[in-house]
Amino acid sequence: MTDTPASMPAPSSSATAGPAPRGAGQGRFKGAGNYLALIPFHAYVGLFLILPTLFVVVGAFSDGSGQFTLDNFRTMFTTDVFIESFVKSLQLAAITALLGAVFGSLLAWAVVRGDPQGLLRQLVIAASGVLAQFGGVMLAFAFLATFGFNGLITVIMKNSFGIRLDMSWLYSMTGLAIVYTYFQIPLMVIVFLPSLDGLRQEWYDASASLGGGAWSFWRNVGGPILAPSFLGALLLLFTNAFSAYATAQALISQGCVLITQQIACQMSSEVVLGQENVGKAMAFGMIVIVSGVMAVYALVQRRASRWVK
Amino acid sequence: MSATPSPIGALAPEGGALIARPKSAGKGRKVPVSQRVTRIAILAIVLGYLILPLLAMLEFSTRGDVDPVTKQATRSLQSYAAIFSYPNLVDGIVASLQIAVLTVVGMLLLLVPTMVWTVVRVPRMRRVVEFLCLLPLAIPAIVIVVGIAPIYRWMGQSLGAVGGSPLTLAFIDIILVLPYSYRAIDAGLRAIDTATLSDAARSLGAGWPRTILQVIVPNIRGGILSASVLAIALVLGEFTISSLLSFNTVQVVIYLLGKRDPFVSVAVSLAALVFAFVLLFVISRFAPGADRRAQQTAEEPA
Repeated sequence: MTDTPASMPAPSSSATAGPAPRGAGQGRFKGAGNYLALIPFHAYVGLFLILPTLFVVVGAFSDGSGQFTLDNFRTMFTTDVFIESFVKSLQLAAITALLGAVFGSLLAWAVVRGDPQGLLRQLVIAASGVLAQFGGVMLAFAFLATFGFNGLITVIMKNSFGIRLDMSWLYSMTGLAIVYTYFQIPLMVIVFLPSLDGLRQEWYDASASLGGGAWSFWRNVGGPILAPSFLGALLLLFTNAFSAYATAQALISQGCVLITQQIACQMSSEVVLGQENVGKAMAFGMIVIVSGVMAVYALVQRRASRWVK
Repeated sequence: MSATPSPIGALAPEGGALIARPKSAGKGRKVPVSQRVTRIAILAIVLGYLILPLLAMLEFSTRGDVDPVTKQATRSLQSYAAIFSYPNLVDGIVASLQIAVLTVVGMLLLLVPTMVWTVVRVPRMRRVVEFLCLLPLAIPAIVIVVGIAPIYRWMGQSLGAVGGSPLTLAFIDIILVLPYSYRAIDAGLRAIDTATLSDAARSLGAGWPRTILQVIVPNIRGGILSASVLAIALVLGEFTISSLLSFNTVQVVIYLLGKRDPFVSVAVSLAALVFAFVLLFVISRFAPGADRRAQQTAEEPA
């Protein structure tokens, strides 16, 4: 373990070390006893995370009576609305991840260039935490209050300029993209800011002393160093948007547009006989996509941590 | 799911900006004018986009009745006052707060002893525990609901009032907060020499409960505070799971109320956002290592 404190005394750092001063009387069984203490944690995670996930995976490959079948996937891949939901979710996730990553990294840069103990930085980080991870329903309402039929901008345009704007886009994919970007930008700030912090002043100075300007610094030093972190953050934002449910549900409560909504619809409505487990197949599809992206993320992250410590 | 708050930021290096501390950046250097202009332009545009909907919420939720005499729209706090006239809403707020308390207590009981134990006695299990704690990031909340619904249906039928209570959501919320809480507590444990501290306590005759409660916990209180606040924020914002399991938590009630009385819905939403913001802003001052870093920066030669 590289992360074990270096000053850790040898006897306690190894569970398999011989009789240690403490734990008298346990002798060679001490090692096994140490692992027993982790049982409550593993049991809990097993019961409330692993078991439900197994239900989904097993269900995805079972028919209504519990027999093995691939019909759920056959149905999923041959039903247009299901495929459409997957495609829409993937598109929305890709677009808003890109927008969020670009604007979020710009904002993070603007914040990092300020005072590290300053008020602006603390305000932006706390606000980003709230907006990125607090509540999708409330963010949907924020946009209804802005661009909805009675929203601030709609009312101002009508009263002050006599312009009646058509705001129905808010309830479409465009609206979803704009609201999603609203929480993707702060998430990018949270994820990317520590990497920007890792850019050392010496590197700016070295680049400048060799005659490099801002452009050449970002092209030759900053860009290459941050590229893996940026890519990693992009992947996180992608899975974040892909897994989102609340915002879409609050904005477009009728219909099952995105894949998360499609799964929810399958859960809460009466489903066609023989299709009881198609929702689980879609959920399994989500696990595959999200874990796949996360695996790539882990690889990218290993590379990112080379420079930015 | 930042929509339903996803703990995804916690996967970032050092747990993301909410948990990582600022490195001391060069101060007092000359900043070129062009950079300063670019910086201000970015701040104005991006922050403007982020602030506009919040201002709209404030405006929307403070609309009063039209004055009968002047025909002018008035400002009033009636939407905020009306929060208390919806018993469902009050119940939802109370339920969510109770779930938050249960989640924090359960999360601390589950994580702190386990994590201290992995550091001190079984370091080779540290990776396993970390992996399990970050696992919820790879399994979207909607998937967890699909898988856990049968368990909840069973609890509701066979455990009576207890099984059907919204408070049982705390079981799932503890899982959802694991990545956040793990990162925050881990940052706290890394900042101290946990093994030496517990060796010292044990050699002076303290048992494990006492070592953890009276020696380790006071030394990682910053991390514990961050973990708890992040957990509270996450529980108060949770929608996906409570909605699909038909429990009326605050987000579900806000969502349902939005169709009937959007003004009150927006008022509660804004109040909740401000509440979460204040919580997070306060921990940004007490987060693990905050004091040490400040000292370090001060001691560094200019």
